[in-house]
Amino acid sequence: MNNIHKIRMFLGALFLCLMIPVCAAQQFITLASTTSTQASGFFDYYLPIFQNKTGVEVRVVAVGTGQALKLGENGDADVLLVHDKVGELKFIEEGFGVDRREVMFNDFVLIGPEADPAKITGLKDAVGAFQRIAESKSEFVSRGDDSGTHRLELRLWKEANIDPHGDGVTWYKEAGAGMGAVLNMLAAGGNAYTISDRATWIAFENRKGLALLDEGDPRLFNQYALILVNPEKHPHVKKEQALMFMDWMTSPEGQKAIGEFKLRDQVLFTPNAGANQ
Amino acid sequence: MFLYAYLLFTNMLVYHYSIIDWPFKYVKRNIIKAMQSILESFKMAINLMLDLNPLLLEIVGLSLGVSLTAVLLASVCGFFAGALLALCSFPGRQAILVILNAFMGLPPVAVGLTVYLLLSRAGPLGDWGLLFTPGAMIFAQWILVTPLIAALSRQVIEDLNVEYRELLWSLGANRLGMLLTLLWEGRLSLTTVMLAGFGRAVAEVGAVLIVGGNIVHHTRVMTTSIVLETAKGNLSQALALGIILIVIACLINAVISISKNYAERASA
Repeated sequence: MNNIHKIRMFLGALFLCLMIPVCAAQQFITLASTTSTQASGFFDYYLPIFQNKTGVEVRVVAVGTGQALKLGENGDADVLLVHDKVGELKFIEEGFGVDRREVMFNDFVLIGPEADPAKITGLKDAVGAFQRIAESKSEFVSRGDDSGTHRLELRLWKEANIDPHGDGVTWYKEAGAGMGAVLNMLAAGGNAYTISDRATWIAFENRKGLALLDEGDPRLFNQYALILVNPEKHPHVKKEQALMFMDWMTSPEGQKAIGEFKLRDQVLFTPNAGANQ
Repeated sequence: MFLYAYLLFTNMLVYHYSIIDWPFKYVKRNIIKAMQSILESFKMAINLMLDLNPLLLEIVGLSLGVSLTAVLLASVCGFFAGALLALCSFPGRQAILVILNAFMGLPPVAVGLTVYLLLSRAGPLGDWGLLFTPGAMIFAQWILVTPLIAALSRQVIEDLNVEYRELLWSLGANRLGMLLTLLWEGRLSLTTVMLAGFGRAVAEVGAVLIVGGNIVHHTRVMTTSIVLETAKGNLSQALALGIILIVIACLINAVISISKNYAERASA
């Protein structure tokens, strides 16, 4: 009898433990976003400010842009914060999302070994750099995960007139992994190049022998935008709270908070809501 | 401390004999480097545990809560399924056994993906709104662990059945009575089965990452935060979390094994 009582107590306690997180926040929205915004610590800084002001908790699921759009398509998120304009416009055109608002930007940078065997340092030309990497047959690690970064990288190869999936190409490796995992591969492997968003690079700790080699090509502009998942398609979408978040993020106050987030004395995301819409 | 002194000492040795054993110098230095970063992780793990960092406590608590609940639910189903398979013979039993044994090695990501498709708003159970909650993680781990517990407990009950069948028949026990008696008699072995299930549940990352989403304060558990810290390039922090996970697993196993010994002695 005593044992049964103990087990019952234990189960009760366990049940209570599980209920706490369920009851704690009644008002919340789910935000599907990219790995760069999470891995850089941006959300840990930014979302509590919004929650303190409004009481609405924002729960972030950080995946690649391709998967984030898929989550939106299935109605598994309320808002998306992603960075692939082509994919976003298609998403809206197909009726899965509404109300796209550009909120902030940063840029992509080319990362490689300090020794730089392909000689791309300071080129300020991403396509030219890609051509040199291909000519010197230096190893290039691609995200290969249909993320915003991967999609941009593929567009750059196309513009450089190089088919990295062509016959006889041995220097091109598809990791099928997030930005951090790819940078870890580079740090461990020696002589490979990749393209990264600046935020992940600045926040990245394990830099052994890696350096930022090339930046500044206007093609490397990286725009982040908010999209509301279409409430007409998915009636359970928390439109009211989601719009509250989108309004705040694009408001002067929310924009100022974006610009004030710094890591290693560098601004990671520059606010630009309403700049070119 | 001693380990550290030892490392310093070997470090000196390496430099001292660098000309004599030059082919080994590079390798040795790299080993020492690796050892040093592992040591750093140990220090970090100890600091994290002593600090009682609230975020860490939350993560550990959720890890244990989710995996223990999943294992308890899986045990209820697995024990009875295992016992039924051990005691009853029916057409197709062999096929079920083969499938069950194969499912002990279900890949967590595949289970995670299946559960995602079920719980997604676009899926059949979407109205439950369970996706990206601890409930979804329990569901996924339950699927992962049930076949393991069922298959292992079938073995336990079958062995016991050989031993006790005659006795129980002669006492006039019916099928249900036999099943319950054998489950009770096998309780000590069955706790080991539960531990194996718990080990599988608490260590997996593929399923909880997909159906939980690694949401901070909500669905972030030990393994998913290890993935996140690795993505940040915080390798020593990631390893420190791994060390804490191992320590917790050891503690749980120790508690179970001590209470098992106690129970064995009490029943002997």
